[in-house]
Amino acid sequence: MGRARKLLIGIGTGVAVALAMLTRRHMPEEHARRGSVAAIGWAFLLSFGASVSLTVIYALGGQPQAEGAMLFVALGGLSVGLVLWSHLLMPQGIYVEERKLTFDEPEEMEEAEEAFVEGAEQIGRRSFLGKMLAAAVGALGIAFLFPIRSLGKAPGRALFQTAWKAGARAVTEDGLPVRAASLLENSVLTVFPEGHTDAADSQTLLIKTPPGVFHPRSGREDWSPDDIVGFSKICTHAGCPVGLYQAATSQLFCPCHQSVFSVPEGCKPINGPATRALPQLPLAIDGDGFVIAQSDFPEPVGPEFWNFGRH
Amino acid sequence: MVIKRSVEWVDERVGVSGFTHDTLNKVFPDHWSFLFGEIALYAFVVLVATGIFLAMFFNPSLATKIYHGAYAPMRGVRVSAAYGSALDLSFSVRAGLVMRQTHHWAALVFIAAIVVHLCRIFFTGAFRKPREINWWVGLTLLILALFNGFTGYSLLDDLLSGTGLRIAYSIALSIPFLGTWMAFLLFGGEFPSDQIISRLFFTHVFIVPLLIIALISVHLALIWRQKHTQFPGGGRTDRNVHGIRFWPSYATESVGLFFGVASVLTLLGGLAQINPIWLYGPFRVANVTGPAQPDWYLGWLEGALRMFPAWEVRIGGVVIPNPFFPAVLLPGITFMMLYAWPLLERRFTGDYAAHHLLERPHDRPVRTALGVAALAFYVVLFLAGSNDLIAKWFGMPVETVTWVLRIGVIVVPVVAGYVMYWLMSAYRRSGASQFTKVPLAYFRHPRRGPLPRARI
Ligand code: FES
Repeated sequence: MGRARKLLIGIGTGVAVALAMLTRRHMPEEHARRGSVAAIGWAFLLSFGASVSLTVIYALGGQPQAEGAMLFVALGGLSVGLVLWSHLLMPQGIYVEERKLTFDEPEEMEEAEEAFVEGAEQIGRRSFLGKMLAAAVGALGIAFLFPIRSLGKAPGRALFQTAWKAGARAVTEDGLPVRAASLLENSVLTVFPEGHTDAADSQTLLIKTPPGVFHPRSGREDWSPDDIVGFSKICTHAGCPVGLYQAATSQLFCPCHQSVFSVPEGCKPINGPATRALPQLPLAIDGDGFVIAQSDFPEPVGPEFWNFGRH
Repeated sequence: MVIKRSVEWVDERVGVSGFTHDTLNKVFPDHWSFLFGEIALYAFVVLVATGIFLAMFFNPSLATKIYHGAYAPMRGVRVSAAYGSALDLSFSVRAGLVMRQTHHWAALVFIAAIVVHLCRIFFTGAFRKPREINWWVGLTLLILALFNGFTGYSLLDDLLSGTGLRIAYSIALSIPFLGTWMAFLLFGGEFPSDQIISRLFFTHVFIVPLLIIALISVHLALIWRQKHTQFPGGGRTDRNVHGIRFWPSYATESVGLFFGVASVLTLLGGLAQINPIWLYGPFRVANVTGPAQPDWYLGWLEGALRMFPAWEVRIGGVVIPNPFFPAVLLPGITFMMLYAWPLLERRFTGDYAAHHLLERPHDRPVRTALGVAALAFYVVLFLAGSNDLIAKWFGMPVETVTWVLRIGVIVVPVVAGYVMYWLMSAYRRSGASQFTKVPLAYFRHPRRGPLPRARI
């Protein structure tokens, strides 16, 4: 059923039933403040009509905007009616009531305190038992902490390594291996080690840089065959995927907090809150022309943690 | 007739008429600024009501399937059960979208009302003795509300919330010494673990709501016991309470307010689209949305993360990563200051007495100035949370916007606080009944002139 028809039928029924109500019940005319009673009555009637419309609209299959609007009228009518009722027809004061500044009489308070202290002293007198009790409760408390350990694996070395291994082929999210010759200049590809396309920490950007643009760090000259470079896609700031590559400047942007990484300078951060370059993956090309890794990343990927320097 | 008989029936068996009589006649002071706490309470009621409905359909599982539901653009896409059931709630469950959107709007309003309520309490000195406990209870409620807001929108396993979870994980990871263990225990392993959604779900629908309900009960019981504060004037003193009776006037009005809050929230839920997860798409480990802003109440943290310079600390072999400072230290200090405020103020003013009369902001220019400065600080942080959008609007580089905001986060609070101090001192010294009636001379020399009242 069309939206317009639902609305029409729904609101029409609401109005009709509300009107029927109105003709059958007369406002109590004898009331001294007739205007107020009438206003409040109208508010409740409006609310009633909207509730009927809401029911009908829902029964006809529902429509979000109409449901919201009808709920608004139904609840709003009650709101207006009740607030008006309180303000116009109920005693508004001002009443004055005494405020006790302390809640109990001083003697009572003292008695209660004394009773408590006395009780505590009785426990304190048995200092041996007191200590035993404290020890038992403490031990139980510590025992209760242990299940917390079940919540997760020990971090171990998990943060220091990814699924990349020497010789692992780079594959796309769909598991297709990447042929080095098929990469166009300035093209960017997100790859994973073969068989691990769900390994979030292994996501890597393959970028085919234009000749002469990329300056490898010393010792890493053979990590970028055919000017294809691989960098971890996880931002070193707070872990978002570094999603945006601007070919004109050869820069990578992180959309989360606007860190900018310069690809020619080994993905060094040049703006934003990131403090560390994106780790580089040593690449090679195998005998069939596919891009493979020479090894895992030389350092932990992603956001830093307190002992990440100990790799 | 029916009412009278039921009351008698209960009274004959339970004998509550004495207590009930006092309760029904209890007097409640009225002022428009006292409404915000009530609005928060009623937004919470709406949250519970809509939340129960949503929990009937939401499936907190990461098992994947191919989507075949009513939303055509997503058909054939592999989605998690959590994301798929949220799509179904939005498109297939009758009245589902209204419930979902009302729930989200109610969460935003819930937290907003708490924050405004907190400001009211702060600027009128309602936290002073004997109400420190309720100040602390209220602050804890605010923290729980913020936390549950975050767990709520992180549940749906869409791309935006997945990004938020990833940042939360990295923030946990940044804590010195404990971070790696904490992140692994909270998330059940390295991000993204297969446990996180079901854990978030249980936390969101059971643990935190239970705590909130318990603390709201304490909050209200304390108000009941200590009675509400009131503004001075018209014969109101520390020893009395002026207002309307609980029954029937106050109760009727308050229930009216409940329906008012509910009506506005359902209107928003029906007409104002919020968190359209079908546009963000399902979470994928290597994908990200941009521009991405969290719900408003986390804007200050987002801004702090964006604005904080690229610093980190290295001592020996230990690193304190960059996110620790804006996302752990800053909120830590923020809430510590808030918890400590009643004690600090007491130390500095030497005012150890109990108070039931409220102060007006100009009665305490220093407190008001400090409060306004703090608010200005968080507003600038909030703006920094959208530095990418601001840069786009003004056609400026993001770095420029960030630098302007870095300067602003220091300068704006100082200026705002100083201006506020100047205005409030002049107002107080003048003794004028309204701010607009303060003679101009007082603004030129806010510190001179007679001091009409004894309070400092
Ligand atoms: S996660 Fe990349 S800039 Fe923060």
